[in-house]
Amino acid sequence: MDLNFTGTDVCAINGTRSPPESRYDVVVVGAGPRGIAAAIDAAKAGSSVLLVDENPVSGALMGNDTPLYFGGRMTAATQNSDRMLEAIFMSMPDLEKAMEAGVELLLGTTAWGVYRNGSGVASLPEQVVGLADAERSWLVGFDRIVLATGARDLAMAFPGWNQPGVMGAAALQMLLTRYDAFSGRRMVVLGSHDLALETALLAQAHGIEVAGLVEVRAAPQGSSELIAKVESAGITIRCGQTIAAAKGGIDGVQGATLSTGEEIACDTICVAIGLVPSIELVDAMHGPRTLNPKHGGYIPVGEATVSAVGDCAGLTDSGFDHIEYRMEWMRALSAVSADDTIICQCEEVTRADLIGVQPPNYLSRPAPMCARSLDTLLKDGPANPDQIKRLTRAGMGVCQGRRCRDQVAMLLALESGKPFGSIPLASHRAPVRPLPMKILADWNEPAQMEAAWDVWFGIPTQWVPVEDIGTRHEDEHRQMLYTGMYE
Amino acid sequence: MSGSDVVIVGGGVTGLSAGWWLARSGMKVTVLDKFIVGWEASGRNGGGASHYSSPLFDEEQRLWPQMDALLGYPTEHRPERIIIAMTERQWEQYRFVAERHTRLNHPVELLDTKQVLDAVPLASEKCFGGVHYKFGGHANPQRSVQAYAWALQDLGGTIVQHSPVTGFETAGGKVKAVKTANATYRCDAVVVAAGPQIPQLMAQLGVNVPLASARAEMIITEPAPMMPIGGIDGHKLYGRQTLRGNLAYGGGPHEWLDVTADGPAARPSTPLARNLAKRLAELLPKAAHLNIIRSWAGVIENSPDGRPIIDRLTSPDNVVVASMSSVGFGLSPASGHAIRDLVIDGKCSFTNLDLLKLSRFDGLEDDWREKRGWIPIL
Repeated sequence: MDLNFTGTDVCAINGTRSPPESRYDVVVVGAGPRGIAAAIDAAKAGSSVLLVDENPVSGALMGNDTPLYFGGRMTAATQNSDRMLEAIFMSMPDLEKAMEAGVELLLGTTAWGVYRNGSGVASLPEQVVGLADAERSWLVGFDRIVLATGARDLAMAFPGWNQPGVMGAAALQMLLTRYDAFSGRRMVVLGSHDLALETALLAQAHGIEVAGLVEVRAAPQGSSELIAKVESAGITIRCGQTIAAAKGGIDGVQGATLSTGEEIACDTICVAIGLVPSIELVDAMHGPRTLNPKHGGYIPVGEATVSAVGDCAGLTDSGFDHIEYRMEWMRALSAVSADDTIICQCEEVTRADLIGVQPPNYLSRPAPMCARSLDTLLKDGPANPDQIKRLTRAGMGVCQGRRCRDQVAMLLALESGKPFGSIPLASHRAPVRPLPMKILADWNEPAQMEAAWDVWFGIPTQWVPVEDIGTRHEDEHRQMLYTGMYE
Repeated sequence: MSGSDVVIVGGGVTGLSAGWWLARSGMKVTVLDKFIVGWEASGRNGGGASHYSSPLFDEEQRLWPQMDALLGYPTEHRPERIIIAMTERQWEQYRFVAERHTRLNHPVELLDTKQVLDAVPLASEKCFGGVHYKFGGHANPQRSVQAYAWALQDLGGTIVQHSPVTGFETAGGKVKAVKTANATYRCDAVVVAAGPQIPQLMAQLGVNVPLASARAEMIITEPAPMMPIGGIDGHKLYGRQTLRGNLAYGGGPHEWLDVTADGPAARPSTPLARNLAKRLAELLPKAAHLNIIRSWAGVIENSPDGRPIIDRLTSPDNVVVASMSSVGFGLSPASGHAIRDLVIDGKCSFTNLDLLKLSRFDGLEDDWREKRGWIPIL
């Protein structure tokens, strides 16, 4: 087959992409207090500003613990999107101020990816953020992006945590203060640092019975002022203990069994051990980050066009080492729970299978497979969550590790006897929120994309069967499959 | 040459399979990888195992059904594929390919729209038809790569991760040792199967290997109801339903890159995920409500004609170079066998590899990449 090359690869990406639908000087992701303030400041400085917030998310997403760890304790009111929208405006009066300042506001709109040219990609027309609402997805160009994505709940595994009623503190706070849509009545709170203490007081103020706090360390951890408030509110802090199991029934949690054997009746166990800065977008755009135990975990380093504000930039530094605290919880929880405790809820991966590096149960485990474990894998090099994920499926489910990513890293650190910070964080990738295929799809694709589309590289000689080379069939192949290429 | 030391540069699927085959023949195998086994394209691809255009095809087909048993670890291999046409033009093209298969005695069956819907529950009423390949199949790239690595270790082979190769020691027309930053590995034979880094490595031996690298992308859904055959694609997509139920698909325009001796610096995915999602929603509309949970990218190299290079050099004469030219995963059981034969016997025992010789590019013009437009965007 004679090929006459034209100097152009018609199946390359060059020039085929959709331009963004619109562009703004500044895009702010997250309409919490700090995001709103950043948007107002930018608008007052004369910039065109788009402020997006994924809330209210759909009931289906909340059921998937997105974006926070709701643990199935939402009332049916969260299914009513009009009511939810109204609730957001009522709870965030500054949103109106932002609109008055000229900020364009889109609620119920998720920022699922940020893309820019750099190492490994030069084909983007400009830097863009991918947005999606309940109807469609689209791209928006920007000069500067401000991430005000807050912090997400740190989930912790114990027997029975994979049932309705085990939830996170940030989720509880959102359901109570923003939506008035929490369905629990009596709760146990895990932790006693400021987050746990504030959560207990908040719950009590909303008429929830707080059956007590459980603290792994020997003494309460938060500020003395908050500890005093909690104690004077008549809430007990049980120290030097951990949770052994959540007991449950058809509606989920019915009680907590502590490591001492004590049983506490409750319908909700609120995991208030820590929050993790929400850096999914930074990770997915390969932005720089750093681990800061006093700021709650990995935080963005910041760049000229990407900045972070609020909890996303790091929890307020009170001198408390959040990582050490979490690790202590993880050590205690692992010590009192059986090896078959589920770590990854989506894929139902147990701690034994995670540490054993065993495949999911739809695959067979021949003898050589059973002989493999984290110990044998560590002989090849340091533990890497992305490698272990591929083998065990932990973190590969629909929540993409929102509930187990930190736990897996903690467990690998404990098992390999290394500091938490030496274990790489399992990667985040766009879309950083689960997005239905028909929503993510580009239904207004440019014609040049379709013209360039081939199943693989569009190299006419690549798929000619060896038997056909040098026969008339070789040209037939090119005529049929690669019309117009290299002619 | 039993007991000889063979060093394999590159712990991708090709290098690992070669190492496993060599270890099975009694060689003392060391695989050197710059990071973790299968971390690049070998662990990021569509998992297809139906490469009828290759001289390695028959061996690929013979081996895949046995691989779980031979390796001792699960690969998730499943047989057969159905390729679905969503446009009249695709239907014409896929029928052309089907006729070719019939001519070459590869068993295929044409399916009309109703037959496609019966065989593929998630398919579209708007499809023009499909071709059922009663051969080929698919496997899990990540699991298979690790299976080769573990099987190789079980045979006494060594895998050294996090150890990029920095150079070679040569004497008397042979490579005597392979060097990394921390160690020197004496060897009787070398296999260079380092994907995009092959040109830089081979240049150190004075051998020009023309390869150009590009980025390609994939998306994956949350689990869908299991289909009777997971090897479903077409509509100019490649991919599979995993044994967990996820739909993992790729295709579409690629971006040419410059890759340094260190390998790909990053593997960013792009908004191409939206174009993949559109085609997948058209191909399998009954799954269009399912969430896309991830997108990713990989960097793969191609030779000027898109065909692999598997060759034992004349000088140094103990080096086998192997690039699968962007189609390496599925062929890996066979490519490893071929490399084993070249290392030990000097020639392949089961097929004619003349087509894949490096010397076919001897007269290649210096500006071959520019002529093809295989150059990075400035």
